[in-house]
Amino acid sequence: MSDELHEEIRAAVGAILKGRDSQDDFDRSLWKDLCDTGFHLLGVPEEIGGSGGGLRDLAVVVDLLAFHGARVPVAESAFLAGWLLARAGLSIPDGVVVASIDQARVHRRDGLRLSGRVRTPWGRHAGHVVTTAHDGNVVVSPVSAVERQENLAGEPRDVVVLDNVEVTAVAPVGVEPDEILHRGALVRAVQLAGAARAVLASARRHVAQREQFGRPLARFQAVQQHLAALAAEVTAMRVSADAAVLAVEASDRGAAIAVAAAKATTSAGAHVVAGIGHQLHGALGYSAEHALGAATTRLWSWREEFGNESYWHDRLAAAEGSVWSVVTGGDR
Amino acid sequence: MTSTIDLVAHRHSTAEHELRDEVRQFLGDQRAAGAFRPRCDAWMTAADPAFSRLLGSRGWVGMTLPGRYGGHDRTPLERFVVVEELLAAGAPVAAHWIADRQMAPSILRNGTEAQRQRYLPGIVKGECFFAIGMSEPDAGSDLAAVRTRAVETPRGWEITGTKLWTTGAHFAHAIVVLARTDGTPGDRHTGLSQFVVDLPHQAVEIRPIVTIDGEHHFNEVVFDRAVVPADALLGDRGAGWRQVIAELGHERSGPERFLSTFPLLEAWAAQTSDDPVAAREVGRLTARAWTLRQLSLAVAADLAAGRSPEVAAALVKDLGSRFEGDVVETVRRVAGAEPRRGADGLAGLLADGVLHSPAFTLRGGTNEVLRSVVARGLGVR
Repeated sequence: MSDELHEEIRAAVGAILKGRDSQDDFDRSLWKDLCDTGFHLLGVPEEIGGSGGGLRDLAVVVDLLAFHGARVPVAESAFLAGWLLARAGLSIPDGVVVASIDQARVHRRDGLRLSGRVRTPWGRHAGHVVTTAHDGNVVVSPVSAVERQENLAGEPRDVVVLDNVEVTAVAPVGVEPDEILHRGALVRAVQLAGAARAVLASARRHVAQREQFGRPLARFQAVQQHLAALAAEVTAMRVSADAAVLAVEASDRGAAIAVAAAKATTSAGAHVVAGIGHQLHGALGYSAEHALGAATTRLWSWREEFGNESYWHDRLAAAEGSVWSVVTGGDR
Repeated sequence: MTSTIDLVAHRHSTAEHELRDEVRQFLGDQRAAGAFRPRCDAWMTAADPAFSRLLGSRGWVGMTLPGRYGGHDRTPLERFVVVEELLAAGAPVAAHWIADRQMAPSILRNGTEAQRQRYLPGIVKGECFFAIGMSEPDAGSDLAAVRTRAVETPRGWEITGTKLWTTGAHFAHAIVVLARTDGTPGDRHTGLSQFVVDLPHQAVEIRPIVTIDGEHHFNEVVFDRAVVPADALLGDRGAGWRQVIAELGHERSGPERFLSTFPLLEAWAAQTSDDPVAAREVGRLTARAWTLRQLSLAVAADLAAGRSPEVAAALVKDLGSRFEGDVVETVRRVAGAEPRRGADGLAGLLADGVLHSPAFTLRGGTNEVLRSVVARGLGVR
């Protein structure tokens, strides 16, 4: 993904990201700037209130936000909620809207009501949650009660408690839980690759600047070998995520396999990347003051979300056909 | 300074898909007819001239060469598809492998018109096989230390020196030799040139090197004042190093750098469906193979676009060759099968895999050398 449009997106979002140092779990000022420029809903059709553009355009933004450890829910709003709403043909409500991982139950009492406890990343900061009912219908409702939980990176991983909440909008679509799982796995794969790139960038800077035994760390062959292995894994993660985004955007026959393989690769790569990354940074990188931890704690969190590598390894093993037919993924 | 190695995922064209179906069908038929038995590392070790000729007749050797040399004007990505299907099936492609992968593009790029006319049509037919004389007793990873010398004489070039680890020289029709034409070994990258030497040659002795698998794939090739015509020089005098480096992108990132043990994985996967532990490992290796294939394909697309992604190719080879060993160790550990040389099925494939595994991370540049190439590409060396 290196054509001109994507370079422009990268430059524009990069400019917005410059000089942020919010310590809150939600960077409201960044979010506002993203909303003002429309980057928070890139890849979501304009007809429902999105900013238009394709999935790859959105992936560029999500990747960059992950690279910077940005504390904003673009993955949850555009990639997940926006996708669900587009599938349902429902317009995007005002304010922060995120998607739940779990299904809820719809019943009729003074109109349509929604009940259930649904895991919802960023739920505490959302005005609305998009969820699916047990029949696969896509439902929009306000967020009232939230049980707060966090992942290892301190990102909100809340449970939204829906207790007879009045439904804002509903559409009969028939979205399967497995589709949400794949969509979530895809966006986490993109984010994992972005965070991994941040580790590599930081490691390169660090070994070039830090001197020990009278020379920069970069002069030590052992360090060079580590850095090359790190770059290899980061590149593998990035290309796998890119390929999966490409396959999903094109609705390729092999799209589901691509997502499974990309999430498996990026999840498994998290250990390698975080491990080498910390080793190269020495004790300095272990301090909460160093930016490295923001990337590695995200790697350690995101690898588990929407299926870790073992989950996707099992899925790939169960796929139809020979190993080779799975590996070549039939992208047509 | 870029923050990562730049590679872009490639999506296949319809023509590439159709070609894949065609090759897969062909290989299925050939296997069913008993024309070959899948082998690990078949591109290095399974030489079958008849099979090479058959592939030539299908238009699957030298496929990217122009029609005026008998080629098929196919794209490098179409070649990628054909080659990866052959490798995944463990088909015997070793006889024409080096000619197809390296020497055809090299002769097309660097050769004189006479050299092109002389060698390319035979390569395309799957009838002209090549060896490459690079490594020497004192020049392994450090290729620039070659001592083989070519001296210009009134009769032509006189070549003296010893090449080691020359794959397939015992059946090759020609060998490309990297030799010093000017300066001294201390001059390193300058003063090296490439020559095409027809085999057999009365002043070139080819001695087998038997490896720990008990087989003869490699050779020691001794040039004892071997005289070759003046027009045996390939490319420019003194440009040998640059020409060799240009080949590396092709040599290092191809699908053979992660598929050498794929036939073992496939054979094992076919019998593990009931075992959840084995299935998970199959899934793990499947995911890894999928990603390595995307990487290899991305480098191929870069090469096809006219770039020379030397760093990315080194990186892919590092990852891919480690994966090849991972497959062997995983199957051995989980399947509990005992390797048996020459046996049918898993035991035989496993024996090939175990005995060839040291080579995966040595050939084509050791992984440590590859990683220093990557480190240099990252600007830290």
